[in-house]
Order: sequence, then C-alpha cells, then structure tokens
Amino acid sequence: MIFKIIYRNLLHKPLNALLSLFLLMLSVAIISLLLVAGTQINSKLDKDLADVDMVVGAKGSPLQLVLSALYHIDAPTGNISKKEADKIAANPLVETAIPLSYGDSYKGYRIVGTIPAYKDLYGGKLAKGSFFAKPFEVVLGAQVAQRTGLKIGDLFHGNHGEEEKGEEHEEFDYKVVGLLEKSGMVIDQLILTPTESVWDIHEEEEETSSIAGTMMPMVRKAKPSDDHTDLDHLDHNITTIETKEAQDRQITALLLKFKSPMAIMTLPRIINAETNMQAAVPTLEINRLVNMLGIGITALQSIAFAIMLIAGLSVFIALYNRLKERKYEHALMRSMGSSRSLIFWLLLSEGILLSFLGFTLGFALCRGGLVLLNGVSGKDFHFYFDYAPVAEEGWLFAITLIIGILAAVIPAVKAYRLNIAQTLSDG
Amino acid sequence: MIHTKDLTYQYAGGKALSYPDVDVLRGETLLIIGHSGCGKTTLLHLLGGLLRPTNGQVVIHNQNTSILSDKKLDTFRGQHIGFVFQKAHFVQSLTVKDNILLASYLSGKQYRQNDLNSLTEKLGITTLLGKMPSSLSQGEQQRVSIARAILHQPDLVLADEPTSSLDDENTAKVASLLLNLTMVFGVALIIVTHDERLKTLIPQQLHLS
Repeated sequence: MIFKIIYRNLLHKPLNALLSLFLLMLSVAIISLLLVAGTQINSKLDKDLADVDMVVGAKGSPLQLVLSALYHIDAPTGNISKKEADKIAANPLVETAIPLSYGDSYKGYRIVGTIPAYKDLYGGKLAKGSFFAKPFEVVLGAQVAQRTGLKIGDLFHGNHGEEEKGEEHEEFDYKVVGLLEKSGMVIDQLILTPTESVWDIHEEEEETSSIAGTMMPMVRKAKPSDDHTDLDHLDHNITTIETKEAQDRQITALLLKFKSPMAIMTLPRIINAETNMQAAVPTLEINRLVNMLGIGITALQSIAFAIMLIAGLSVFIALYNRLKERKYEHALMRSMGSSRSLIFWLLLSEGILLSFLGFTLGFALCRGGLVLLNGVSGKDFHFYFDYAPVAEEGWLFAITLIIGILAAVIPAVKAYRLNIAQTLSDG
Repeated sequence: MIHTKDLTYQYAGGKALSYPDVDVLRGETLLIIGHSGCGKTTLLHLLGGLLRPTNGQVVIHNQNTSILSDKKLDTFRGQHIGFVFQKAHFVQSLTVKDNILLASYLSGKQYRQNDLNSLTEKLGITTLLGKMPSSLSQGEQQRVSIARAILHQPDLVLADEPTSSLDDENTAKVASLLLNLTMVFGVALIIVTHDERLKTLIPQQLHLS
C-alpha cells in the first residue's frame, strides 16, 4: 500500500516526474559513458605501453609514431634504415630492441613483421600451433583469429595498406602456423610474421615498380593503388634482390627497453639531434594525450553534473509545489493513524525512487551508447568497450541517490512538522 | 466508550476554553451544537487526539489518551477513531477503493471483505470504487468518507460538520446513513455542527456557548 502511494503519487503528475526522470537519466548516462570509456581507454593505453621505454622511427609527429608503433591505431611516420636502427640496438644501455615492419593488412588487421621477442612484451602465449620459424609463416592474435575465422594451416594474401580494398599481394601466400591466447592487449589484433616476409614482398615490388626510396610507400591512406601499376606483378626481376639486400633494408619502427632509466635522459636527445630518425618516449606522449583528452572529459563531466543538479532541483520543485495541495492528505493520513515519520519517509521515498529510476535508465542508456560506439568505431580501432560496470559507477549511484534524498528532504521535513489540527480546521 | 473530565484548552494566543464533560456509550450518538468560533472543532480535535488538552483528560476505550506518547497516540487514533470531516479529503492519487482501504491499512487492522461489500452497498458507492476521488460529487465524497471512517471498526466516529456543505437531500441521506451504520457497527458517534437540520434527527444534544 505504501509503495502504491509512492508511485501513484509520482504518476499523479506524470509530466513533473518525467522531466525529473529525464534529466536524471541524461546526466547519469553522460557521466557513466565518460567513466566507462575513460577507464577502459586509460587501462588499454596503459597496458599496451608494455614497459617500452622508447620508440624510434622516421621523423614526424612523436605522438603519431607512438600511436602507430605501440597501439597500431595510426599510420606510421615512414621508414628508417635497418642499419641505422641496428646501431641504436647495439648501444650498451639497451636491453631489448624489437624491430617492427608494417604497412600491409588482412581484412583490416595489421600484418607486422617482427622477431619472436615481440610477443614477450605483452606476455603473449601460444594457444595453438607453433610460433613462426620462417618467412611467410604467421601467428594470429586472438581477435584476428576470432573475427576472420582463419585456422592453422590456412593460407591468405596480404593487402597493401590498411584498408581491405588495398591491392592484394597475390603472389605471396601467408600460412597460419599458430594462434595466440587472448591477452586483452594490442597483439590480439595483430598478425605477426618474420620481418623477412615483409621485406621479400616489398623488395620484389620495388624492383618492378618505378617508385624508389620507400619500401612501404602506402603508409598514409591516400591513393592506395597509385603506388603500383597493374604491371607490378606481371614481371619479376629476382636477380637484383640479392644485391640490394645488404645495403638499405628498412624497418618501420624500433621498440626499445633500457637497462637503466638513465638512458631515457640521454638517448632520445642524441638520436633526435644526430640522426635522421626520431625517438619518442611513449609514457610522455601518452601522458600528453591523456591530459589533452582529460580537459574535454572534465568539461563534459561538469556539464553532466550541472544537469544532475538541475534534475535534483526539478525533483525538489515538483515535491515542494505539491506540498501545499498535499498537506490535507497528509493531515488526513495522520488522523487515520499514520505517524509523523511515515509521512516523512513517504516523501523521501519519492525522491529516492526517482533517483533510483533515473540511475537505472541512465545506466541502460549508457550501455546503449556503448553498443552504438562499438558498432561505429569498433571496426576502425579494433577496440570494443566492455559493458561491465566500473567501480566509479557505484559512486555515481550513491551520488544520484544523495541528490534525490537532498531534493526531497526539505519537503519531507515540512510534511513531518505539519500541524494536523490547524490544517484540518483551515480546510 | 468515551468520556472526558474537566477539559480545557488554551490557545497560543491566550484565549482559554473549558468544556462540559462528554460521555457517549457504544451505539449512542451525541450532537454537539454551537455557533462558529465557540470552539466546536477544537473540542472535536481534543476528543480525537489531534490536539492535546491543557488540562483534563479524554478517556476512550478505558485509555486516557492525554498521557500517550505522540507515536502511540497516532497508533491509538488509527485503531480506535474514525473521522468524517466537513470537506472530504482524499489521497488524490489513489482510487476511491484504495482511499477507503487506506484507513484499515494505516491502523494495522484487518477489514472484512463482507463489511466492505455491505458498507459500499448501503452507502450506494459500489460503482464509484474504481474512480478517482476528484471526479466525485460532494455528496458522493461524503458517503465515501463515511465508509472510510467505519470500515476498520473503530470504537468512536467523530464527524466535523459532515453535512454543512450538502443540500437538503444529501444531508438527510448522509445523516441517516451515519446514524444507521454507527448503530449497526456498534460505534459511538459524535457530530459537531451548527447545522440546524440535524437537530431534529438526533435527540441527545450538547450546546456549547
């Protein structure tokens, strides 16, 4: 009966309740979305950092270099000479150096030429098969295997560039020899192969196409097929490969781990000043990125909290305005035996119920938003949001309830103090 | 069922009222008559425990209500007293039926389905049960509040000007239903009014000056 009184009262003025509910829902949904997205993106950025101290690549934007070489969400800045890179790797301060060569893809998933040590950065373990041993053997990240359906023993062709419609390298078959366990990190969305595979494909092409200088010319997405003509694959001139091999083999980036943190102070500066490559420190670049995003997130959160305050105000006004017409029914209920505190709780519960419903709807709306985000951007970034609640949403729930309680407490106290005899004599 | 002793009430403004003793038994009806401003409604509120007397005592069902705590008084009122007010107040968001049942719910006393059926039938409000109170006429509203005051079988029904906003026809109907039903349910009834039309119906009268 009491619950009936509470919800019937809310339904009695449906537009008031709807306005309050809508405002609460909207603010909760926005804050929730920011919390979930922020938490998951941050943890993703953090995990994929994988303790890499420095990334070396072609000159350009350091953030772009980090995003492309560590997170595989941006195009590379260009290529660097393997010989130059080897010199840096030989520095005594360097503990591990891992070369990456990329530029090709399969169904939107990057094919990365590297050495087996790369998987250890992410603690990657084989789920099935073996690790690659010779060129054109590949190991698939868990997400790649799941979404492409490729199995061990399958053959496929790489596409030039990052897009599915990039030109196919038809003369080379990649062979799947292993599948990695799901790690929740960036290697889930990569196809790993020995660096030599990438060299073989592109050196051959370089010989036959007239473009010189870049091994993977299509690093920016512009005009993917301009780099090659249809003649590319008709005619091979294998004899010249041998001679080129030693002198200017190239890689896209080099991931480095140092033996001592001291190296971070010196090596990047030396590389940036004295070579035609650039060195970027991932933690610095990602901090910069997070700070930039942080300003936007804080602004949006402030707006959402303002909406929530307005929602609280709307609950307050709705309850307070009706208090005058409801004082007779409160006096009546008192005359029928209800205590002061029951009336108090009745009004408070209306605020609590509204904020509870507002939170629930907002929470649902946020999940709807995530589904939409995953549909729109998941494919581009190979990143899918998880729908599980994050810890901060517990706080958000508490804050929403407190707002509802605060909004209802003044009307509730007024109703608690109601003078029944006076009210009934007036009416 | 109810008797009072040396009741006085002092308004915050300073005006003090003292009342003659009242004594009503189960099934009896007392009409308290007086011109406006003589403290009729105050007396009714004292009897119903909505106000506390400055001096004297109100004893209902062998319980001196003046000494009960606020919370106990609320509960006692719910269980032993039913009210009919001049203007029928309702919980506007509940249906007529839920409004009638509310008194039983708040008093914590079970009602009998048979009582509900016979009451609503005798009061002629069976067809109104599903409606909202605001859609009822004043005569209908007053009949609904009688059902609400009686259903949970209180010992005492206090009616404050129950007929003064009704026309002659409805007055006769409401008054006879009140008298009849309190008799049938064995309830003591006290009506406070300045309505001359009731004088002829109820012999036992107390005049306030």
